[in-house]
Amino acid sequence: MVTDEYFPKKIPIWRDERVLKAVAQIISSLIVIGFLYWVIGNFIAITQQRGMPLTYGFLKEAAGFPIKESFIPYDSTMSFGRAVLVGLINTLVVSAAGILVATVLGFLIGLMRLSSNWLISRIGLAYIEFHRNIPLLVLLFLWYFGVFTKLPAVKESIAVPGFIYINQRGFYLTWPRLAEGGTLFAASLVAGILLAIVTWSVLRRIREVKGKETYFGRVSLAVLILVPLVGWFASGGRPMLLDVPILKGFNFQGGLRLTTEFTALLIGLAMYTSAFIAEVVRSGIQAVQKGQIEAARAVGLRYSQILSLIIIPQAMRVMIPPLISQYLNLTKNSSLALVIGYQELFAIGKVTINQAGRAVPVFILIMATYLAISLLTSIILNIYNKRVQFIER
Amino acid sequence: MSRKLFYLFSILIAISFLAVACGAKPTATTAPASGEVAAPVIETVEVIKTVIVTQEVTVQGTPLPPEVLKPKGYGETLAAVQANGKVVCGVHTSLLGFGYLDENGRNIGFDIDFCRAVAAAVLGDPDAIEAVPITAADRGPVLQTGEVNMVTRNMTWTSKRDAEWGNFTWITFYDGQGFLVRKDSGIATLQDMDGATVCVTTGTTTEKNLATSFADAGLTYEAVTFEDTPSVYSAYVEGRCDVATSDKSQLAAARAGFATPEDHIILPITISKEPLTPAVPTGDDQWFDIVKTVIWGLVNAEEYGITSANVEEMKSNENSDIRAMLGVEGEADWGYTALGLSPDSLAKAISAVGNYGEIYDRYFGANGIAFQLDRGLNNLWTNGGLMYAPPIK
Repeated sequence: MVTDEYFPKKIPIWRDERVLKAVAQIISSLIVIGFLYWVIGNFIAITQQRGMPLTYGFLKEAAGFPIKESFIPYDSTMSFGRAVLVGLINTLVVSAAGILVATVLGFLIGLMRLSSNWLISRIGLAYIEFHRNIPLLVLLFLWYFGVFTKLPAVKESIAVPGFIYINQRGFYLTWPRLAEGGTLFAASLVAGILLAIVTWSVLRRIREVKGKETYFGRVSLAVLILVPLVGWFASGGRPMLLDVPILKGFNFQGGLRLTTEFTALLIGLAMYTSAFIAEVVRSGIQAVQKGQIEAARAVGLRYSQILSLIIIPQAMRVMIPPLISQYLNLTKNSSLALVIGYQELFAIGKVTINQAGRAVPVFILIMATYLAISLLTSIILNIYNKRVQFIER
Repeated sequence: MSRKLFYLFSILIAISFLAVACGAKPTATTAPASGEVAAPVIETVEVIKTVIVTQEVTVQGTPLPPEVLKPKGYGETLAAVQANGKVVCGVHTSLLGFGYLDENGRNIGFDIDFCRAVAAAVLGDPDAIEAVPITAADRGPVLQTGEVNMVTRNMTWTSKRDAEWGNFTWITFYDGQGFLVRKDSGIATLQDMDGATVCVTTGTTTEKNLATSFADAGLTYEAVTFEDTPSVYSAYVEGRCDVATSDKSQLAAARAGFATPEDHIILPITISKEPLTPAVPTGDDQWFDIVKTVIWGLVNAEEYGITSANVEEMKSNENSDIRAMLGVEGEADWGYTALGLSPDSLAKAISAVGNYGEIYDRYFGANGIAFQLDRGLNNLWTNGGLMYAPPIK
């Protein structure tokens, strides 16, 4: 029998768990607010005292420094804001190219690593361990100063005359360029690709629903070729020109040029990240239950079919989340480019700090930009991830 | 869980921003106001005191001797230096020729010798210095806070730095931005560099000067920029660039470190003014004058032919100006009384480090221990250079 004597109905306030928890929450939030107040207040006071308020008006001032490679028109009389934009585009280009190369290479190495052939599997292992255990900065220096600047001088370029020239200043490729009046052809090319994708998915859907062969592959390929072909003739027969690199003065002019710095960064980043992607691929494939493969074999599928129909689709579900973080790492690691002279966002941000003397606003801008790039990348890949996950019923 | 934490933190940050926004204004307005008010308060107190004093004087009826008005801070540095027994100098520790460590780990160099000269003049001992290694970015702050007695660290004198950092004493080295090219490149003028690839350190005035001078001449170029200076020269040596650009003294230092220095030349083109000048903190005009006078003394010594070797016998020279400068008894005061120095302090400085020409030749002359650099603008005015100091008399 429980009596009121031993268990009073009202718990004293200093021993009431709910009250204690609430008080603890309030105190800890006050401490956090106080700390942030102090940090931010101190920052604002100092910047005001030094006459450097947190404003971005300086971005309109003339930058005054050169940028070697830019995908939009830039010269040193343009503004700091323009320079930062050039840097952002350079970051995006090298990251996108890096992600593409790293993914292809990573899948290849990951499959090599799983190969039943002893030699191939060991080569994969050596590649992965080499890249995973050496800092990226060291690898970048190795690629840049150890390999790419050791290529022949401009006048002794390795060349396939008329097509490709390789020297220590970069890779120069003969590249098609739109001639005058070539816009019609360019438009038809884009239209052809879009139409082909639409045709492919519609016809494929029809086959799935009706179970009737629609030859979706062949039809869409025909669309892909025919539409641009019409555009080619409609634009007068010669919409494209070949831009051949020619040695003029100190350097080659014309053609598509991949600079030494860009190539070294791309190769360094892609190979480094591909080692991690290879491990992700291996873990993804090994996560597919053995029974699935045995069952596929029992049904009589070929190895390539097992890979593409049974293993990869299931492995993807395991692989995508770690792949996202590898892609984000690659993008962020591209900021190491400043040691080998590729001018991406961070390198140009640092020059801007030096020339405009506005460290804090520029750092905030850089951080916000990287954050935005990373969040955007992970949002897109998370949407894809949701689509390929098991729909559990 | 993490989502909850995220909301909690974002709310906390938002609250603290609000708190700062509400709280910052009053503190911001009171802080400068109190500073402005504080000074007049002290002055009024002094005024009241003087009134009392003058009343006493008129009662006694005797005239007061005229007193030299000395602003606050005058003479404080000399007193502190004498009390500590050493001159504190902000210096470079890794710039060949100007401030670097020799094989015995001693901090030596052209800039250091001016610090030693001041120590010899003030304390009679050239080794009574404390060399504080500072970075390029530290130069302003250590002057503004008065952490060091002088900064002799390869520092270009500009109007902005003079206004913001401290008092610049006297130019000890006339430097300028130049170009380093391969001898067999055939480049001799700025026009020859049209279309060339130029290696440059990023975030420097060098980068801006380069852009301006090429744009003014209507020339195109490609800049390969690096964060750290050694990368600039290794890329240049590998042949990644046709030209390397920086201050001529730095180019000479880099060239001296090449495997085959004779294959490279520094062009006789100068595209910027870089007057390297020791500076002292503002607020003590006596110390400012002392450092200036010591530098003048070293330049005058070269004009008169006084060297560290012959300084004793020069004391009996028939030229009374020389005798006065060296502090021979009975000769005119060159200003040492007002500066609080001993009459022979310049003689001590000269015997400790030699005259200006000796210092220059020690590091950059034909047998210089750092590298060879033509005196050019740093010659005495009598030899067609710019080295011209007020007379010591």
